[in-house]
This record gives sequence, C-alpha cells and structure tokens, in this order.
Amino acid sequence: MSSAEADQSRPPRRFSIGGALLTLLTILAALIWFIPIYWAVVTSLRADQATVTEFGFWPSEPTLSGYIFGITNSKLPIWYLNSTITSVSVTIIAVFTAAATGYAISQLRFPGRNLLWWIILASFMIPVPALIVNHFVIMANVDLLNSYPGIILPMLLTPVTVIVYKGFFDGLPKEFREAAVMDGASEYQLFYRVFLPMNWGVTTAMAIITFIGAWNAFLWPFLVVQSEEMMTVTVGITAVQDAFGVAYGRVLSGAVMASLPVALAYLLFQKRVTQAIALSAGIKG
Amino acid sequence: MTYRRQELTAALVFVAPFLVVYGWMFIWPTIQMVRLSFTNAPLIGPGEYIGFDNYIKMMGDRVFHNAIKNTAYFVLLTVIPGTAVALLIALMVVRLRGWLQSMVLAFFFLPFILPVTVVYVIWDWLTNVQFGLLQAVIEPIMGRSINIWRTLPWFMPSVAVITIWWTNGFSILLFLAGLRNIPRELYEAAALDGATGWQMFTRITWPLIWPITVLCLTIQLILQLKIFDQVYLFAQGGRTQTTMVLVQYIYEGAFVKNQGGYAAAAAVMLFLLVAGMSVLQFQLLRARGQR
Repeated sequence: MSSAEADQSRPPRRFSIGGALLTLLTILAALIWFIPIYWAVVTSLRADQATVTEFGFWPSEPTLSGYIFGITNSKLPIWYLNSTITSVSVTIIAVFTAAATGYAISQLRFPGRNLLWWIILASFMIPVPALIVNHFVIMANVDLLNSYPGIILPMLLTPVTVIVYKGFFDGLPKEFREAAVMDGASEYQLFYRVFLPMNWGVTTAMAIITFIGAWNAFLWPFLVVQSEEMMTVTVGITAVQDAFGVAYGRVLSGAVMASLPVALAYLLFQKRVTQAIALSAGIKG
Repeated sequence: MTYRRQELTAALVFVAPFLVVYGWMFIWPTIQMVRLSFTNAPLIGPGEYIGFDNYIKMMGDRVFHNAIKNTAYFVLLTVIPGTAVALLIALMVVRLRGWLQSMVLAFFFLPFILPVTVVYVIWDWLTNVQFGLLQAVIEPIMGRSINIWRTLPWFMPSVAVITIWWTNGFSILLFLAGLRNIPRELYEAAALDGATGWQMFTRITWPLIWPITVLCLTIQLILQLKIFDQVYLFAQGGRTQTTMVLVQYIYEGAFVKNQGGYAAAAAVMLFLLVAGMSVLQFQLLRARGQR
C-alpha cells in the first residue's frame, strides 16, 4: 500500500473556506450514512416500551435487557456456534485449497495446467444462485441436508481466491523456486515453508474476507437448513423477528450480536479488508 | 515437454482438493441443471424428458415476465446510480487526511460487512409505518406516513436505495485505490496552467479513473442481476408475485411449487444472462491484464 506514503509526501494544503466547507459536508454525509447503524444500536439499548416512546439520540435508561432476552429466550447461542463452525471451516478449507491450487498453477509444470486455469477463469460466468436447485438435489441425494457439510460445501467455491494467489506467486522471480529446489527442499516444504510464509499478508486478507462472506451468507444456509437447531445467526435473525414480533429492541439486539464478529473483523483488520477487496477486483490497492 | 515426477505428484496433491470441490459443487450441478431443465421432475425425484416444454411455458408466464422486468428495473436503479454515488464519496474522502479519512471511510464502509438479514432488520425498523425514524422525513413530504413495503411504486426504489447504502463500500474502495494512483504532479502542473477544479476533474480525474468506473459497473451489473435476499426479505408476508425477481422465481419454482425441472429451466435463463455479461467483464479484465 503506497497510499500512506503518498499522503505524507503531499505538501500541506493551504486553508481555504471552500475546502473547509467541503470537509464539513463530507463529515456530515458520513454521519448521515452511519445513522441507520447508530439508530439500531441505540434502539437495542432501550427497554421494550421505550423503543416506541423515546426518540432521543441516547436512551434515557440504557439497558442490556434486549440482549439478555435474546440469549436466554432464543436459540442465538446455538446459532452462534453453528455460524462459527461453518464460517471457520469454510475459511480454512477455501483459503487453503485456493492457495495450493494457485501455487500449483503458477509454479509447477503438469499436464492440463492451462486447461485448469481456463476452467477457473470461465467459472466467473456461472452464477451460483442458479445452482441452488441442483445443490439442493445433490445434498438430498447424499443425505447432507440440514448438516454442517451441507452448509459448507457449496460455499467453498472461490475461484477469485485462486486467481489472487496465482497472481501473487506469478509475481515472484522464477529463480526463487529453482534455488530452493537446488538446496534439496521437497515440493511440500517449498510450499509450506517458503512460498506460503512469504504472503501471510495476502492469506490474512483473503481469510478475513472469506470469513465475512461465509458468516453473512444467506440464501444457501436458508435453503439447506431445515430445523432451528441448525440455523446460522444470519438466517436465525429473521426467525427471531417472527418470534419476537414488534419487540424491536429485542430484534435489534439480536442483529447487533449477529454483526459483532464481522464488524470486529473489519475494525481490527481494516487494512487487510481493503487489500482483499482490491486484490479480488484485480487492482493494486 | 517433460515433467519431473516429484513435481507431478506434488501438483496432483495440491490441486486435488480444489478439483474435487469444484467438480462436485460447480461442474456437476451445472451439467445437471441443464439436464433437469428438459424434464418435468419435481424438486426431489425422477421426471420425464419433455424437450423445451419448460422454456416454452416460461415464455408465456406473466410472473416470469414480471421477474425479468423487476430484475431489469432493479439493475437500472442500482448499477449506474450506485457507481456514481460511490465515485462522489470517494472524491470527497480522498481529500481528507490521516485519522479523519480513516474514520469517515469506516462510516461509509461499515454497512458493507453487515449480514443481509441485519440490514433488513435495521431498515425495517427505520421504515416502520408507526415508529420508524424515516417516517419523520416521509410524513412532512407526503402528508402521511407510508407503508413502503406494501406500496408497490415505493418497493423497488426503496430496496435499491438500501442496497446502495449496503454494498457501496466495495466500489468506494476501488475508486479510492484508483484516485490514489493518479500522479499528484498532473494536478500540480494543471494548477500552474490555471485550470479550474472542474477542468481538472474532466481532463485528468475522469479519463484516468474510467477503467475503474467500467470495472465497478460490470461487477455491480453481474452482482445485481443475482438480486434475491433483500427483495425476498422485504416482500415477506406480502404479495410476492408483483415484486418477484429472477432468482426468486427459481426459488419459488423449486422450493415453493416443487417443480425442479421448471425451476432449473429458469436457472438456465439466469445462467445465460449472467454468462453473457461475464464474457463482457472478462474481456475487460483481460484487456487490463495485458497492459
């Protein structure tokens, strides 16, 4: 990322009224953009009755009762567990297989290499939502409906990650591998000890964005899950809404809890998320 | 060309897990989708070959026409307006420095990482006809509060606005990366020549940011053609036929009406549509990669 350096090399802008107004306008726009999230958090901190009687920008008596109700009166803890198990599995398996495949296509010579690369590129053309019917049929045939593998398997389709890894490994000098082979390193050592550690940054970035995507997945988990016990948080939130009715404080407490892991992942690794998005789109951030 | 033995086995080991998932979850279902679309099978179970009957029936189905129209309308409401808003925000954010820039960017980006159901719950509350915060804006303008999700002309535009609010962070980041790559000297030279801010935008920023604009537009186009989640969630409990979109048509065919073959035919239509757009996108990506 060269942006930070570029910013520092720029001469300080001279103060101007127009510039200051524009900055103020930008901050205002950002705050307006943020209102829905702010309002959801504030509402979640209000007691049941207060959600519909209070309209101040801070609850007069902040309470966690909505959160406690959600944890004790819905399957939220189980959904949390389901989401964690499926998202972490998807992240580990998808990133690992994509890295290995990207490495093989970039660094190893084997028959069918070009064909494989073209198939991966062509898979951009297949819209995954078009496959829901047949994914469901497959899962029914192998008896994986309403199971963790059933949720996980179709979410492992990540051609973009393979492309990102291939691009990264392509960027390394060819002599690199040759020198390591001369030193007598095995193919597997080469990948785990030399090539993968060189790009922990890319791996972290892709892992975070894969995790966020898996945690947020709606359509497929919604179809394949058939009991409340197997729901992920993202799917479960709507079940909470049906069950709690108009108790918006409780519903929004659930929503805040559902977003917490992905919000934290973003806030802690902002730079990596930015990098992952630039990489996925094929541009240098 | 000769291959080294160790290299071959290693390649097989590295590629095998991906190939298994890929073949099982991608290639196989794609082939099965096409095959299923020529049968009258239910969702689970065998069916008979009926040629193009599903497709012919679909062409005459008014709900299918509706789904095509609504999807096109949604694409129209989101792709170009969303990209324009993203560029505007990126232009505003790129001026800022240091922590202020990080914070403002975080505010604009945060919605992008939320699960769609959370977005739905948040906006369902904001637009609630009795207690929603947004009704305070709608009431003075329209003279009364409006149940947005049960008022047809309001439905798609509202889903579009929420979608832009939700997904725009992605395009903003791409535009920011593009804007930062424009050499500062270009602006300095232009300033010395006495160019106005508007001239700098039309002569420097716009042409240099154009490739990113095209990228954002194509990504958005393909993404929004696959719209389902938001429309499904907001239309819950209402009459879904009038607000139906393409993926929802597939969903209803398979999982509500239990017509696997017919739903597969609808899926093939979506596939053809997205494949066509992807070829376009791929050409663009390749053109950029070769430079």
